[in-house]
Amino acid sequence: MPTPRTTPVAALPLAALLLAAATGCSSSSGGGTSSGTIQVTTSDDACQISTGTVPAGQVELRIKNTGSKVTEVYVYAPGDRIVTERENIGPGTSATLTAEIKPGSYEIACKPGMTGNGIRQQLTVTGGSGSAAAAAADPRLDAAVAGYRQYVQAQADATIPVVEQFAAAVKAGDVAQAKALFAPSRVGWERTEPVAESFGDIDPKTDTREDGVEAGQQWTGWHRLEKSLWVNGTISDEDRTLADQLVTDLKDWQTRVGTAEITATSMANGAKELLDEVATGKVTGEEDRYSHTDLSDFAANVEGAKEAYDLLKPVVAEKDPQLVQSLDAEFAQIQALLAKYKQPDGSYTPYDQVTEAERKTFSDSVNALAEPLSRLAAAVAPASPTP
Amino acid sequence: MHPEDPQDPAPAHRSGEHGRTGDDRSGRGDTGHGDTRHGSPRDPRTGVSRRAVLGWAGAGAAVGAAGAATVGLAAREDPTPAGRSGLVPFHGAHQAGIATPVQDRLHFAAFDITTADRAALVRMLRTWTAAAAAMTAGDQVGSGATGDPQAPPGDTGEALGLPASRLTLTVGFGPGLFTRDGVDRFGLAALRPAPLIDLPAFPGDRLDPARSGGDLCVQACADDPQVAVHAVRNLARLGFGTASVRWSQLGFGKTSSTTPEAQTPRNLMGFKDGTRNIAGTDTAALERYVWVAPADGPAWMDGGSYLVARRIRMHIETWDRTPLGEQESIFGRAKGEGASFGRTHEHDPPDLAAMPEDAHVRLAHPDSNDGATILRRGYSFTDGTDGLGRLDAGLFFLAYQRDTRTGFLPVQQHLAGTEALGEYLQHVASAHFACPPGVRGPDDWWGSTLFGPTGT
Repeated sequence: MPTPRTTPVAALPLAALLLAAATGCSSSSGGGTSSGTIQVTTSDDACQISTGTVPAGQVELRIKNTGSKVTEVYVYAPGDRIVTERENIGPGTSATLTAEIKPGSYEIACKPGMTGNGIRQQLTVTGGSGSAAAAAADPRLDAAVAGYRQYVQAQADATIPVVEQFAAAVKAGDVAQAKALFAPSRVGWERTEPVAESFGDIDPKTDTREDGVEAGQQWTGWHRLEKSLWVNGTISDEDRTLADQLVTDLKDWQTRVGTAEITATSMANGAKELLDEVATGKVTGEEDRYSHTDLSDFAANVEGAKEAYDLLKPVVAEKDPQLVQSLDAEFAQIQALLAKYKQPDGSYTPYDQVTEAERKTFSDSVNALAEPLSRLAAAVAPASPTP
Repeated sequence: MHPEDPQDPAPAHRSGEHGRTGDDRSGRGDTGHGDTRHGSPRDPRTGVSRRAVLGWAGAGAAVGAAGAATVGLAAREDPTPAGRSGLVPFHGAHQAGIATPVQDRLHFAAFDITTADRAALVRMLRTWTAAAAAMTAGDQVGSGATGDPQAPPGDTGEALGLPASRLTLTVGFGPGLFTRDGVDRFGLAALRPAPLIDLPAFPGDRLDPARSGGDLCVQACADDPQVAVHAVRNLARLGFGTASVRWSQLGFGKTSSTTPEAQTPRNLMGFKDGTRNIAGTDTAALERYVWVAPADGPAWMDGGSYLVARRIRMHIETWDRTPLGEQESIFGRAKGEGASFGRTHEHDPPDLAAMPEDAHVRLAHPDSNDGATILRRGYSFTDGTDGLGRLDAGLFFLAYQRDTRTGFLPVQQHLAGTEALGEYLQHVASAHFACPPGVRGPDDWWGSTLFGPTGT
C-alpha cells in the first residue's frame, strides 16, 4: 500500500502510465496506411512469419492458426514489453493485428496452448534513427527487464489461486481459514507492488489502508477484509461482495501487468520503493495493523527488491563493484534477520509480538540496505546528460 | 550548478584542501590534495562549496583564499557577528569544538555501532572524517547536493548557501565500543582508558537508558542550527549499516563561554553559570585540566579529552515561583550582574565563605573539590512538553576534562544530594565518551590512534 503522498507515477518515475508512443495499440484504427504486412502461421510447434523485416509505421499481422490448440500471438519490444497481442485464436481460425511500430528490434511470439514464453521469431522494423534502437544499447539490461517482466507475471499468476481461496473462505464464513490465507494472498503483490502501482487504478481498490481512503472513495480490498476478520471477527454480506471484487481487481492486474512499462531504471527505483514501503509502513506496524502480519509483507518486499537487483547485478558488477559488494552483504543480512522470525508453517511472528528493540534492529537493517539500494538506479541508467 | 570561474586567480574555496569527501563508503578514505585554484565544483570528487553553488562565487573570490584564512582566524579569537561566517580549522593537535569559542547552537548525537565488523567501522570513521572536513569548511558532502538526476544526491542539501557558521564536529568513543555485555567486539577491550569509567549512580538521578550512553558520539556546534543539524544528519546517513542513532539532543542556546572577555550566557534559570570556565586561550589551564597528557595513558588518548554529557531537566515552573533572594542564595550569586556573594562584578574571584553552604557556586568551585576543574560547554534545551502542561526544558550539560575521575566525578559527587539547586534539577540522561586527539591532516582520520594508522 503506498502512502498517500506517493503517487503511482512516483512509484515508477520513468514508467509511462499508458503504453509509450512506440507501442501503438492493437485496437487503433483509422487513416494509417499499412506499411508492412506479415503473414503469421502458427501451429502446435511452429511459428512461421512471411518476413522478418518491415518498415516502421502501421504494421499488420495476418495470423492463421493451423494447429490443434488455441493460440495467442504477441509482438514484444526489448525487455518483453508487450507491443500488441491477440489471445484466443482457435484452431483453424484467422485473426488480424495492427500496430504502429517504431524502428527497432522486436520479437513475434506464438504461444500454442496460450502458455509459456512461446515460439519466437525476430522482427526488425527499419527506418529513421528511432529512439527504440538507441534504447536497445545494452542487451544485458534488456535481458534483465525481460527476466523481471516474467517474474512479475509469474507472481501475478501465482497470486490468483491463493486470492481465490482466500475469497472462498471469506464467502464461506470461515474466519479462521480466511485469516490463515490473508498474508499468503498478498505475497506476490507485495513482491512486485511498484509495478502494480504504476497502473494507478488497481492499488487504490486492492490495497488501501483505512487512513488512506480519500473523500468519496469506497474502502475496498485486502485491508477492509483484514479489519472484518481481525477486529469484527464476523463476515458480512458486504464482505462477501468485497471478496469477489478483490479477485476481480487482481485478475485485472494479472491481465495488464505484462503491458507495464519497465526499464532497468524503473526496476532499480522499484526495488528502492519496496524498501521505502518497508521503512514507512511495515517497520512501524501500520500496514497490517489488525492482523499484525507485517513481517510477511516485509519479507515479500525484500524478496521482490532482491529479484530486481539480482537481474541487474551483471551490469552493476561491472560499473560499480563496490555497490554490488555492499548490496550482497546487506540483502544477506536482512534476509537472515527475517529468517529468525519465520515459523515452520511459513508464516512470520506477529508484529505485535516484536519488541521495540527488535523493531529498531529491523529499522537499522532497512536503512543499511536502502541507502546503497538508492544508488542502484544511477548505476544502471544510461549516462545522463550534464545539466 | 553555477561553476566557479576557472580563470579566477582566487576562487571562492577552500575546496581543494580535502579532495574527496564523504560519499565514499568503500574505505578508500584517502583524501586527495586538489589544487585549490583548480578545484572545480563539477568534479564530484572535489569538495563543492555550498556558497559557490548558489552563485556566490564572486563574493568569495573577492575575499580570496588568504581572506578565508583570515576569517577563520578571526572566528577563533572573536565570536562576534562579523566572524560568524568563519571557519574553525578542522585539523589540529586537538579536536575542534572543545577549546573553540562556544558556538550558539548544538546538535549532539550518540550512536550504537550495529556492525561486528571492525573494518566496516574503520571505513565509516574514515568516511565521516572526510565528510566532516568538507562540512566544517562550508563544503558539500560527497558528490554534492546537485548533479546526476538519476541518483540521490550525496549531500542532503539543507545547508546549501549557508556559510560554515564556525561548525565544529567532535567525536568521542563510549564504553560500549571497547566491550559491550562483556564482549570485546572490535579487539579494543585492552585499550579502554581507565578514566572512561562507568559513571556511578548519583543521588537524585532518574536516568532514561534510551537517552543515555552510546558507543560513539558526535558533537556538532555551529552558529546556525541548520548547519549543525545538517552535519549530524549527513554523518548519520553515511553511517547506515554501521552505526545507528541511539539518541540525539538539540541545544538552542549556549550556557557556557570559553571566552572570558565575552558576555557570559545565562541558563534557563536566568543565571550566569560557569563564569570562571576555562578559557580557550588559556593553554596552561587546558594542558592541566582538559587535554590528556602523554604520561596519562593510554597513548591513543594523548591530546584527547573525556566528555561527560548529562541531560538535566530543570523544573523551571517551580523555579519561577521562587523568590529572587532565594534564587540568588541557591546559586550564590546575584541574578543581574552575576557577581558572586560579597563581590561587585561577575569575574571577581568568589568569596566562598560569603555564600550559604549549599550554594551552587560554592559547592562546584574547584576550591571545594580539591581543585577539580572542568571545561563546561553546555546548551539549553526545550523538547516539547512533559505531557503535564510543563515544558520539558533544561540544560544539556557537556563537560570536558583530562580525567573524569578527577573532574566531573568528584564535583558531581559533591553536588548531588547536597546543593540546594538540586530541588529544581533532575539528571535524566547520562553518557561518557573518550574523545581522541585531533585529526592531524588530510590523511589522518578520527580514531587512527585507537585503531592504528591502517585500521587493521
